[in-house]
Amino acid sequence: MLSRIAEALFWIGRYVERADALARLLDVYLQLLVEDPVIDREATCRSIFAAMGAQHDGVNDPDAVLRVLLWDSTSPSSIAFALETARENARRSREVVSTELWEGLNTTYYMVSNCQLSGPRPADGFRLVRERANLITALADQTQSHDDGWQFIVLGRSIERIDMTSRMIQMTTYATAPSASWLLTLRACGGAHAFTRTYRAIESPRAAAEFLLQDRLFPRSIAYSLGQAAACLEVLDPRQRRVGFGGDAARIIGRARARMDYLSLTELLSDLAGEMSALQSMCGEATEAVAHRYFEGAVAPEWLGGPL
Amino acid sequence: MSAIFDGYQPRPATYDEMFQAQEQVRGAYAGVQRQVQGLTLADLSARAEYLSHTYLDQGVTFDLGGEERPFPIDIVPRLIDNQSWQAVETGVAQRVAALEAFLSDIYGEGQVFNDRVIPRRVVTSSPHFLRVAKGVEPPGKVRVHVAGIDLIRDSDGTFRVLEDNVRIPSGVSYVMTNRRAMSAALPEAFAHHRIRPVSQYPGKLLAALRACAPSGVTDPTVVVLTPGAYNAAYFEHALLARLMGVRLVEGRDLLAQGGRVMVRTTHGLFPVHVIYRRVDDDFLDPVAFRRDSVLGVPGLLNAARSGNVTIANAVGNGVADDKLVYTYVPDLIRYYLGQEPILPNVDTWRMEDPEHRAQVLDRLDELVLKPVDGAGGKGIVIGPRATKAELADLRARLLADPRGWIAQPVVQLSTVPTLVGDRLAPRHVDLRPFAINDGEKVWVLPGGLTRVALPEGELIVNSSQGGGSKDTWVLAAEPTDTQIQVQSAAEGAVLHPGLRAGRMGQAQTPTGMVQSMGGMTQVLGTPFGSEH
Repeated sequence: MLSRIAEALFWIGRYVERADALARLLDVYLQLLVEDPVIDREATCRSIFAAMGAQHDGVNDPDAVLRVLLWDSTSPSSIAFALETARENARRSREVVSTELWEGLNTTYYMVSNCQLSGPRPADGFRLVRERANLITALADQTQSHDDGWQFIVLGRSIERIDMTSRMIQMTTYATAPSASWLLTLRACGGAHAFTRTYRAIESPRAAAEFLLQDRLFPRSIAYSLGQAAACLEVLDPRQRRVGFGGDAARIIGRARARMDYLSLTELLSDLAGEMSALQSMCGEATEAVAHRYFEGAVAPEWLGGPL
Repeated sequence: MSAIFDGYQPRPATYDEMFQAQEQVRGAYAGVQRQVQGLTLADLSARAEYLSHTYLDQGVTFDLGGEERPFPIDIVPRLIDNQSWQAVETGVAQRVAALEAFLSDIYGEGQVFNDRVIPRRVVTSSPHFLRVAKGVEPPGKVRVHVAGIDLIRDSDGTFRVLEDNVRIPSGVSYVMTNRRAMSAALPEAFAHHRIRPVSQYPGKLLAALRACAPSGVTDPTVVVLTPGAYNAAYFEHALLARLMGVRLVEGRDLLAQGGRVMVRTTHGLFPVHVIYRRVDDDFLDPVAFRRDSVLGVPGLLNAARSGNVTIANAVGNGVADDKLVYTYVPDLIRYYLGQEPILPNVDTWRMEDPEHRAQVLDRLDELVLKPVDGAGGKGIVIGPRATKAELADLRARLLADPRGWIAQPVVQLSTVPTLVGDRLAPRHVDLRPFAINDGEKVWVLPGGLTRVALPEGELIVNSSQGGGSKDTWVLAAEPTDTQIQVQSAAEGAVLHPGLRAGRMGQAQTPTGMVQSMGGMTQVLGTPFGSEH
């Protein structure tokens, strides 16, 4: 696999996952703004911008949220930008991505650039993005060989998922009514149903936190996504060794994974905001380590055993 | 039955490939006419719309001023019956064989100069004659792995060669995608014709590239080298790489070290043996050519010179594309192959020849003037359309650089019905067949890219100048077809020393085995074999 191609595939995974997660998050919160009569609209919009790390200096209202995070392709935090960049990455790796995957990304790009996201009903836009993102993800899984290239797509997807889930969890720490807020986060993660099946309809912030942070079966929990990222890195660097792990990325992901698995829930919740921003910087570091190891053509020093 | 063809008027003094005269359809097109006429205009337009729509979805686009446009394809196919195709196929293969022998000669001992078939200065003054390529023996003795020979049909319907492209001819991807798109858009017409397939091209190309790998490599690694995603032909590079199942690389993915070329991967460096490059000579290796090139691979040429990597097409082929050299190609065919050319050139005056120049300067307003190293219709002046001031300017430029120009009569290219707005109208077309040389045999893809000049009466057909395209259907052989006969070179023609001795009987030629049979010669097996 060419370094350049690996990089493109990694970012396809990340951007498509980001579009999907962001569409769910915006859908849930904008619905809340419509439904809740007493909500502080300004503060809610501000906390959405803050959680997504989006630069925005104007009025904090739903229109601004839609522009910066949904349809304005010049805004690097937007869904339109994510889908366009995913398509651009596929364009540069076209001989590697399957025809079906390419056409999925390409037609989505044309839907987005034909202003289908800035229509009068944002909910339609969110549904379109969710459907297309899941179509693309499924095509990647079903039409590509599960070789190194696919591992890079899944690796990107997993790291982005850790990042986005941690940001959604962070939203609860801004909220004044935590229990209602956890419910929103569950919905934004697409996990409300799975949670109810597991914990019954109990409104417990603690249970919700446990589910989104530590559940090993729910595919958008932090623990699950960390496990998946670790598995990808292991396949990508299968050298047998008795000591340690291959490369910095595996070490960074492994440390975060141990923390998530072995800290008690109480410990995690004592500084939830701190833990979540630590996870977000971990995602940045892991991406950097992956880029250094695989995308820049740098070859890791390898010990050649045997008698000299 | 609709009136889709009503009022279709072939242009005067022009060969219309579908209509012999108004309402008189040529035999080969009867089926297409019947099928198209069975459609309403709305239906036809909807199908045309489908074509551009699917091309956008599939990303079959070309880059025009930074914008991605769907590659334009017309709904009416172009047909070539098998009998006419035989002339094209044999003629293109013959031409490529002669150009191959020519390149090998001029980058080798230069026998052609000693025999005064072409003046040495014509070759050495070409900006595309590269001294660095001199003495380089390409693996498999092939320099022209892929050729695209541009043909037109004159007012009698005779195919003539307009120009040769043996550097990095492009367009073959559209031949393949046009076929797939048309089979979906016009299935009825498809079912009623026996059309020769074009989908075998990538397999043939890969086999030829592998056959020309450096000696001693049993399982060569082939890559396609592209200038990058912003190149106008990037779609084609990606498609060929995908269909051949090989890597598509950019210059920065490759590393030339110690006379070998490697590709950087996530698992380290791996050797590369054959580079099907779609990067111009100038940009290929900053060590040998342009220092500022970031598209190339420093040291690539050294690796090729050491015989460790095959560059396809070879460096320095541009001299054979030179339009002044073009005027000598019929003589080169006689010289190297001992045959008469099957496909004639378009009549051409060499501006550097004082006699020719005198004839041309008097009638600039009747002729087409072409720069010898222009591609894609760049710099062409069509006399009858030019203003007085343009002609005066042209005259000054001709006199300043006579080596840089040739003149040709205005040839009325043949026309084919094309959907323009809401009616079918005659539009001028050309044809670029593609040939692949694996060192044993020159194979010509049965089909080719038909380009259409969309503005009425326009004679320059190029997608960078608003051209369209047509799916080109070569029909399968009929029992009534006759085999094409290749004439041996006329008496008095200068022949290559290897051919001269064998003029009376059988001989080992520089270009393969030639057998004479009652004035007819037939090239057996390899036109320019490895035994020599």
